[in-house]
Amino acid sequence: MINFAYARATDIADAVRRIAADPKAKFIAGGTNLVDLMKEEVERPTRLIDITRLPLKAVEETRDGGLRIGALVPNSDLAYHLLVAQRYPLLASAILAGASQQLRNMASTGGNLLQRTRCYYFYDITTPCNKRQPGSGCSAVNGLNRMHAILGTSEACIATHPSDMCVALAALEAKVHVAGPSGERAIAFADFHRLPGDTPERDSNLAHDEIVTAVELPPRGFAANYTYLKLRDRLSYAFALVSIAAALELEGGRIKEARLALGGVAHKPWRDKAAEAALRGEAANRATFTRAADVLLREARGYAHNSFKIELARRGIVRALTQAAQGTPQSQSDKKIR
Amino acid sequence: MAQTSTASRDSIAVPEKMPATLTVNGVERKLKLAPWTTLLDALRDHLDLTGTKKGCDHGQCGACTVLLNGRRINSCLTLAVMHDGAKVTTIEGLATDDTLHALQQAFIDHDAFQCGYCTPGQICSAAGLIAEGKAKTADEVRELMSGNICRCGAYPNIVAAIQQAMGRS
Repeated sequence: MINFAYARATDIADAVRRIAADPKAKFIAGGTNLVDLMKEEVERPTRLIDITRLPLKAVEETRDGGLRIGALVPNSDLAYHLLVAQRYPLLASAILAGASQQLRNMASTGGNLLQRTRCYYFYDITTPCNKRQPGSGCSAVNGLNRMHAILGTSEACIATHPSDMCVALAALEAKVHVAGPSGERAIAFADFHRLPGDTPERDSNLAHDEIVTAVELPPRGFAANYTYLKLRDRLSYAFALVSIAAALELEGGRIKEARLALGGVAHKPWRDKAAEAALRGEAANRATFTRAADVLLREARGYAHNSFKIELARRGIVRALTQAAQGTPQSQSDKKIR
Repeated sequence: MAQTSTASRDSIAVPEKMPATLTVNGVERKLKLAPWTTLLDALRDHLDLTGTKKGCDHGQCGACTVLLNGRRINSCLTLAVMHDGAKVTTIEGLATDDTLHALQQAFIDHDAFQCGYCTPGQICSAAGLIAEGKAKTADEVRELMSGNICRCGAYPNIVAAIQQAMGRS
C-alpha cells in the first residue's frame, strides 16, 4: 500500500476547504474501492480526508414526496430502508444485485457513484491505460475486452461503469447534490457520469474540490412495474456483463411512462430516451419491447470478445420489460430468470 | 508489479503514527498506527489476533470478515485509524469461555470446512447474516454469503451449518 497523510473532516465546509487546498488529496468514505486501488497503486493520493463522521447519513422524505439520501448512507442500509423498499424497489433490487453484503455494509451512496471501472488494464499498472495515465494508450481495444463497453465508446477508452445502483438511479432520474468552494449545486443523474471521449481519465463531472452530499429521488418510484435484471458470469458477486433496469407505468395494457437503463455496456449508466419514447403509448407486448431494444442498440459496436453483449442486451431488454410489465421483478436470491 | 511502474513516485514526509483505540472482543486496545494500516493488519500484526485471515487482501474472498460495530465487513478494505472508538469482533471473540458459539458448533457438526482457511471469515460473516435477519431460505443464505469464497467447496455444508445456527438463534 502507498503511504499518505490522513485527516478527519469536521464538517462539510472543512471537507471542501481541505480538498480544495490539496490537488493530490482524496476523500475516503467506505473505502471499498479506493483502498483496493491504493494497494494496486492505481490511485496514489498523498493525503486522505476522512469524511465518514460528517452528518450525511440520513434518508429523508422531501417536500414534493421524493427521498433525499445522504451521501454516507451505506448501500446495505439504503437497500433495506423501508421507504426505499416500498417506493423504490428498483433501487433496492439493483443495490442487492451488486457486490457482497460485507462490501454493501461499508460502501457509501456517494462512493458508489464514484467507484472506478474494473477494466483489467486500468488495474494493471504495467500496461498502458488512458484512464489511469492519459495519453498512454488503451490496452483493451485490441486486448481482452469481454467485459467492456458496446455503447458510447471512444478510441481512447472502452471501459464500463461498474455500478448496479447507478443504473437504477439513472432510470429513476435521481439528482446528485454536491457542495464546493462556491456553494452547492444539483446535477441531473444523466449529466453526472461522462462518456470517455478523449478524456477517459474523468469519470464524472464532479470537480476535484466538490463533495457529493446527497442523492435525491423524485416522487415517481415505479413500484408496481419494475425489474433489475443482471446477467453475469456467475450467479452472485460478479460484475454485470449486461444489466437492465426497466420501469413502466401501465394504463389498460398500454405503456404510459417507461424508463430503461443499462449497466455493463458503457462508460456510464446507459439511459436512452429514444428507446423510452419507442415504448411510450404503445401496447405492452413483445413486439414493442423488441422495437425498443433495437432502438437502444442501434449504434452498439462490439470488439473481439464482447460482441455477444449486443444480442445479450437485446434479449435482456425484452426479458426485463416483460418482467416489469407482468409485475414479476427478478428476485436477487432465486436466480432463475423467468 | 510496483517495481515495473513507470509512473513517477511522489515522495512525501512519512506521516506520524496516529492513535486509535479499538474495543476488540470486549477489550479496549490502544494503538499507534501508520494511517495506511488496514484493520486486518492492525488485528493480525499489531494485536496478534491471527484468527482473521488474509486471503486475497482485495475484498474478493471474505476471509478477513469481522464484525465492526456489529456489522460484517471486509477488514482488508478499511483503514484502522478510521475506526477510532469502534467495537470489533473477530473469530477469537465469539466463544464464551469454554462454550463454542452456535455457529462454531454448527460448522463442526456439519463438517463445514476442509482446509479451514476461510472458516473464520465464513463464521463471522454468518454471525453478521443472522444479526441482519434478512435470510430465511437456503437461497437467501447462499446469496447473502456470496462474499465468502471457499475454495475447498464446502458450500453445501456451510449452508446447512448456518441454517442450523439460524434455527437456534
